[in-house]
Amino acid sequence: MGRKLLLEHINVPGINTLEVYRQKGGYRSVEKALKMTPEEIVEEVKKSGLRGRGGAGFPTGMKWSFLAKPEGVPRYLVCNADESEPGTFKDRYLMTYIPHALIEGMIVSSFALGAKTSYIYVRGEMMPQIRILERAIAEAKNAGFLGKNILGTGYDLELYVQPGGGAYICGEETALLESLEGKRGNPRIKPPFPAIAGLYGCPTVVNNVESIAAVVPIINDGGDEYAKIGIGRSTGTKLISASGNLVRPGVYEIELGLPVEEFIYSDEYCGGIANGKRLKATVAGGSSVPVLPANLTLKLANGDPRLMSYESLSEGGFATGTMMGSGGFIAFDEDQCMVRNTWNFSRFYHHESCGQCSPCREGTGWMEKVLHRLEYGHGKMSDIDLLVDVSKKIEGNTICPLGDAAAWPVASAIRHFRDEFEWHVKEPLKSLDTNYGLANYAEPIAKAAITTEN
Amino acid sequence: MLKVEEQQPVEFSSALLEKFDELVKRYPEGKQKSALLPVLHETQAELGWLSPAAMDKVAAYLDILPIEVYEVASFYTMYFLKPQGKYMLEVCRTGPCCLVGAEKLMGHIEKTLGVKEGEVTADGLFSWRGVECLAACGFGPVLQIGPEYTFYENLDEQKVDKLIEDLRNK
Repeated sequence: MGRKLLLEHINVPGINTLEVYRQKGGYRSVEKALKMTPEEIVEEVKKSGLRGRGGAGFPTGMKWSFLAKPEGVPRYLVCNADESEPGTFKDRYLMTYIPHALIEGMIVSSFALGAKTSYIYVRGEMMPQIRILERAIAEAKNAGFLGKNILGTGYDLELYVQPGGGAYICGEETALLESLEGKRGNPRIKPPFPAIAGLYGCPTVVNNVESIAAVVPIINDGGDEYAKIGIGRSTGTKLISASGNLVRPGVYEIELGLPVEEFIYSDEYCGGIANGKRLKATVAGGSSVPVLPANLTLKLANGDPRLMSYESLSEGGFATGTMMGSGGFIAFDEDQCMVRNTWNFSRFYHHESCGQCSPCREGTGWMEKVLHRLEYGHGKMSDIDLLVDVSKKIEGNTICPLGDAAAWPVASAIRHFRDEFEWHVKEPLKSLDTNYGLANYAEPIAKAAITTEN
Repeated sequence: MLKVEEQQPVEFSSALLEKFDELVKRYPEGKQKSALLPVLHETQAELGWLSPAAMDKVAAYLDILPIEVYEVASFYTMYFLKPQGKYMLEVCRTGPCCLVGAEKLMGHIEKTLGVKEGEVTADGLFSWRGVECLAACGFGPVLQIGPEYTFYENLDEQKVDKLIEDLRNK
């Protein structure tokens, strides 16, 4: 059994209440942290080696130390709880079952950063989670962990939950800040980074839910203890959201460094591929990371086992590797159509593009249409190279990483499953999957795409 | 969306205005525009959708231009710019949910309700639509129902039939 730092008490009845959460040692880190200096807390987080759990993997302590501290200007901590990357649902799980873990982390982190007002930006669709968090915040405030003069230390903190309006792009930190200011979620050009000019132009740190929750065990046990868990620069534990054709999909906390094979097949985790099928491919870190065929999921190019760590998953670059991302692990069984799934992801990115940058606004729609006509039997052989070409022209040419996120799944699917794309052109009737209930659902788009011949 | 005939005056209840007042307090002085998204959620929960007149009223309350409200309301997918059924069934149609049968489920809902995506049933009770990732990929297929956004996981056709039947009899 791997060590659990975040989900240790997940099955304890009532752990969502302050009373039970405190019985299990909750809010110790607040009592401890408020006796430390903010610099000491930042130092512990640096020592822990914690890397941002939202997807980018940037060292959290270093991010904190970049925060500008001009006199007389407020600073903000904003928690990014706008989880909506396909395949990723760990933050929702954590907030639903252990809301106080996030609130406790917010208090310690806000104190470390000198923030007097902090916001948890939750995607609007998560109304039940918003209600859960608001109830938990009220409990924490009644107990003196929030509000004026926390635990008699003279530190004041107000914590609010902000609902989004339904837009994946608001998971990008500057789009999130725009949204929090009551605007459309259009990402800002960086620099300046939020650490210099963030919310209302003030110094701001934006951290993922899991990163903030991880600050609690780091303060309780010390950064050095946290760094002992994991492997190499991938320290600590990570929540992995497992979905797709697995026997037991769900949210698992793993120690970084666990072999991917063990994660998929062992009974402690996913229990293998559902219905006795074979594994065909995986997406290891949420839909935006490159897809990998089964053999490269389990083994590195040199034959060594691939591990669940930032370094091992990206081993070999995008030719034979992928990324840890947000830890959204999707498994595809042997019956799944990679063209259809790539089309589905492409539709997602087209739908969610904010429209600010031309390569992303136009390119994502173009890729969706071409993939759709391939899937529906109207594709041409040249479409495959066209897709690769369009994906290259989006990648790196946009303000925010949504363009890259839209390009990588398409480029990697063609890299590893090109024969399947070709088969769709050669055998359009055989390859069309009539097993779906909505075969006609998007057919008008295909016809439009054909008449406009890109 | 700004047709003149839709410009019927709206009234906000005092309870709604009280909620607005609470929300605005969460932000620094002069940054009341930050309350726009939550204020629109509250308005939609009370009125069912966001008419131009309602958005104008929100703009006046927050002391911002009407266009600042329209551009936000039209950007985010959760705001309805035309009336919907009393219950809006939103089915996740993104990759992981489709791997476990979401598309079939959408076909079933279309057949059961007898209306296409985005349309309202004759009795005004239901509309449905496919939405992008609802962040519950391990428990798919999933759907949620506004305005409370109650959430249902691990669905199949029988469970959805029961759900629709229960809402009809409510």
